[in-house]
Amino acid sequence: MNAARTRSRRGTTAALLTVPAAFLAVFFLYPVATIVVTGLAPEGHPELGVLGRVVTDPSVREVAWFTLWQALLSTAATLAVGLPGAYVLSRIDFRGRRLLQAGVTIPFVLPTVVVGSAFLALLGPRSPVNAALSALLGEAAPTLDLRRTVTAILVAHVFFNYAVVVRTVGGLWSLIDPRVEDAARVLGASRWRTFREVTLPLLRPAIASAAAIVFLFTFTSFGVILLLGGPGRATIEVEIHRATTQLLDLPLASTLALLQLVAVVASLLVYGRLQRRTTTQPLVGSATTLRAPRSRGERWFLRANLVLVAALLLAPLLVLVERSLSTGAGYALTNYRNLFSAERATVLAVPAGEAVRNSLVFGVAATAVAFVVGGLAATAATVSRGRAADLVDRALMVPLGTSAVTVGFGFLIALRHPPLDLRGSVLLVPVAQALIATPFVVRTLLPVLRSIDERLREAAAVLGATPARIWREVDLPIVGRAALVAAGFSFAIAVGEFGATVFLARANLPTMPTAIFRLLGRPGAANFGEAMAMSTLLMLVTAAAIVAIDRLRIGQVGRF
Amino acid sequence: MLRITDLSVSYGDHVAVTGLSLDAPDGKVLCVLGPSGSGKSTVLRAVAGLEPPRAGTIELDGTRLDGLRPDQRDVGLMFQEHALFPHRSVDENVAFGPRMRGLGRATVRRRVEEALALVDMSATARRPVTELSGGERQRVALARSIAPRPKLLMLDEPLGSLDRTLQTRLLEDLPHVFRELGTTVVYVTHDQHEALALADRVAVMRDGRLEQVDEPAALWRAPRTTFVADFLGLTYLTALPVRDGVASGPWGPLPVPGTPDGEHDVVLLPGAVRATDPQRPRRPGELAVPAYVADRRFAGDHVRLVATPDAGPRLSVAVRSEVVPAPGDRCELALDPRAVRVLEDDGAADGPLALTLTSPSRPSSSEHPAQEPS
Repeated sequence: MNAARTRSRRGTTAALLTVPAAFLAVFFLYPVATIVVTGLAPEGHPELGVLGRVVTDPSVREVAWFTLWQALLSTAATLAVGLPGAYVLSRIDFRGRRLLQAGVTIPFVLPTVVVGSAFLALLGPRSPVNAALSALLGEAAPTLDLRRTVTAILVAHVFFNYAVVVRTVGGLWSLIDPRVEDAARVLGASRWRTFREVTLPLLRPAIASAAAIVFLFTFTSFGVILLLGGPGRATIEVEIHRATTQLLDLPLASTLALLQLVAVVASLLVYGRLQRRTTTQPLVGSATTLRAPRSRGERWFLRANLVLVAALLLAPLLVLVERSLSTGAGYALTNYRNLFSAERATVLAVPAGEAVRNSLVFGVAATAVAFVVGGLAATAATVSRGRAADLVDRALMVPLGTSAVTVGFGFLIALRHPPLDLRGSVLLVPVAQALIATPFVVRTLLPVLRSIDERLREAAAVLGATPARIWREVDLPIVGRAALVAAGFSFAIAVGEFGATVFLARANLPTMPTAIFRLLGRPGAANFGEAMAMSTLLMLVTAAAIVAIDRLRIGQVGRF
Repeated sequence: MLRITDLSVSYGDHVAVTGLSLDAPDGKVLCVLGPSGSGKSTVLRAVAGLEPPRAGTIELDGTRLDGLRPDQRDVGLMFQEHALFPHRSVDENVAFGPRMRGLGRATVRRRVEEALALVDMSATARRPVTELSGGERQRVALARSIAPRPKLLMLDEPLGSLDRTLQTRLLEDLPHVFRELGTTVVYVTHDQHEALALADRVAVMRDGRLEQVDEPAALWRAPRTTFVADFLGLTYLTALPVRDGVASGPWGPLPVPGTPDGEHDVVLLPGAVRATDPQRPRRPGELAVPAYVADRRFAGDHVRLVATPDAGPRLSVAVRSEVVPAPGDRCELALDPRAVRVLEDDGAADGPLALTLTSPSRPSSSEHPAQEPS
């Protein structure tokens, strides 16, 4: 009986996994394998010269070193800023808490290009900061220009990943029984000692997860660094792009991609280990841990954090909008009008309206693909037990860590030969975007699917429902909302996808992010203004998807 | 000695404790008894410094505690559901308090050993607390709260999450532990049996106020209000007319000397009613209560009869004789008219669960004795 059940379960898992497995094999493993082969054997036979080049070439070493330390520094900075925020948003009850909780998620899903543009606007010489300075100090005012500095990169990375820390750590924090901390206080521990000896160790799994994910994201950071970095400020990702598009040195690009893959897989393994070492602790309903600020110190802590969040999260986006409306002599919609006028189309090869349309069409297609692939995979992971579930779980995490640039580059070199010659196919872009969005779909659906009490399914079975019927009558209604969230989330990711798309989008089929990148690459205030206008539009599109998600009140986005 | 004077605590708009004054004498066990939501735990949290009081003072051995941080108060608090540190082993949990007091390594170790020995948990010192059973956790939590040797030990529903058997066993152990420690103990519970078994004094709380403070026996002999009578599970008769110190009950006159004329609620003390049979007929002076048996429950060493008298409320009687009437049978109960007391009118004649929804608010008893509850 039991053996039969196990066998049928295995059968179901296998059937469900066919599509995701095939998708991953063709569009992930095959390109990655091609990268490995191109990197290790560029001429068809193994040749370690390129590998030697990576190890010995000082410029490659410098890139690798920069990639590593900026990622470590970014992670530390994000944790430092995010932990107080996690406390405030998970433990203190104040008006607007829910709104803020949704608000901090927005940067996480904003396209990297939009973030890059926003910080260019905020940190550049014509920023409101400088305007304020010169208004205050007159001619003598120093002009702050933080573009192309590590500071800019760090701030942008904190902006981006703040939500990861707040949601991941805050998620656990809101479930830790406050009486455990009270107990420590009564036993004679000071506030700080209680935090160090009780709270921090209990939060450690969430902090480790968040740190690993932020490290992964910042290590493979591309768009932000491409826009905000400069000479000597390039990550491996940016170098892969440069080697491919400017140096046309595919073996070098492959080797760099290989180097990155190794690093990514290593940190994913660490993440996996950390995830498994979670201690069982008494968790309570989050409603019982939330309470109004009571002491004056707590109220100040809350206020300081709110100001910080406003400055960090709101300022760049507001400045972005301000710049997009600025004409140099007042505010008007000139940039938007120019963007969509026929005369200006030469910069983009096509009218900007087409870029918007392309983005939306690709986005919808990618969402459909990611949803089917991710949904099937998540269902398979829920159905399977033991080692199989473990394996599926881990396999699905891999694309999450793999950078967009690796995907784009892999597609570029792998899918141009028969039997799979997709060069120039319009399909390439949505498929790449889907591949990047799929892990997020899985991560959104899986916890909800897993949270369904097995006894509900058993009850349905005893009442006479077939397995398919159980899925339709029990799983689907419960997962329905999470499914919408997953769809909105993957749409936002697809629309804003830049790293892979920049390799794959044809010149005559630009998407909004690639159009922004092209505009920023041209000199002149007009191009910059149009880039800001396009970024603002893109921000609105993704924010709309996120607001739709928040309407559904599902708080899984950005939690790891 | 713990002295609480005029304490008020509120959470936002919700008033949890109001105007509470209470003393816990040295070396004695004070049980705070009350239904959930009556503010018992809030009192403990305020004494521990975990809730800032809105008004009132808290003194321990003559020192004002209010204003001090929790870690400066030197009180012990054993939490509901124990709140053990899940990331630490049994001995690390117990060592936490002594360690925070900056004691030397050897002293800490000795304190841990003593505390664990006292609760009979020495064998499990190295185990992670997450692997313990409910009863073991309870013991570790107790050991943890006594290891720093606080001047005052407070326990918040310590047996609440345990099953009946464990509760009984630990209830037998606790007096021994308390005696051994010799500290003042404040014990919060909603269970009257726990209070009976442990307390030197019992304070009954209701809606954030103190309802009655007394020794356990005195409390049962003379519950002051219908609320206390109800909470102790006693039967009472509402609105009996009293004239010249005698209440006219449904089964005959009940002497209530010293009671002013008017309508009063009267409680039947434990043992006031018994079942009669040929071996134990009704004695002179006892009132006859003719009834029929509504239900019969076997309870180990006795049988509990629920009887519906021809007049008046249902009565529950323990029967130890061999022949027990069956449901539907007629039976005769005997009521000792001396075992009744007049209750103060506290506006909760319909019992604590009905609260103000059904009973109209009434002014306090002595001035308007004639008003009739609906």
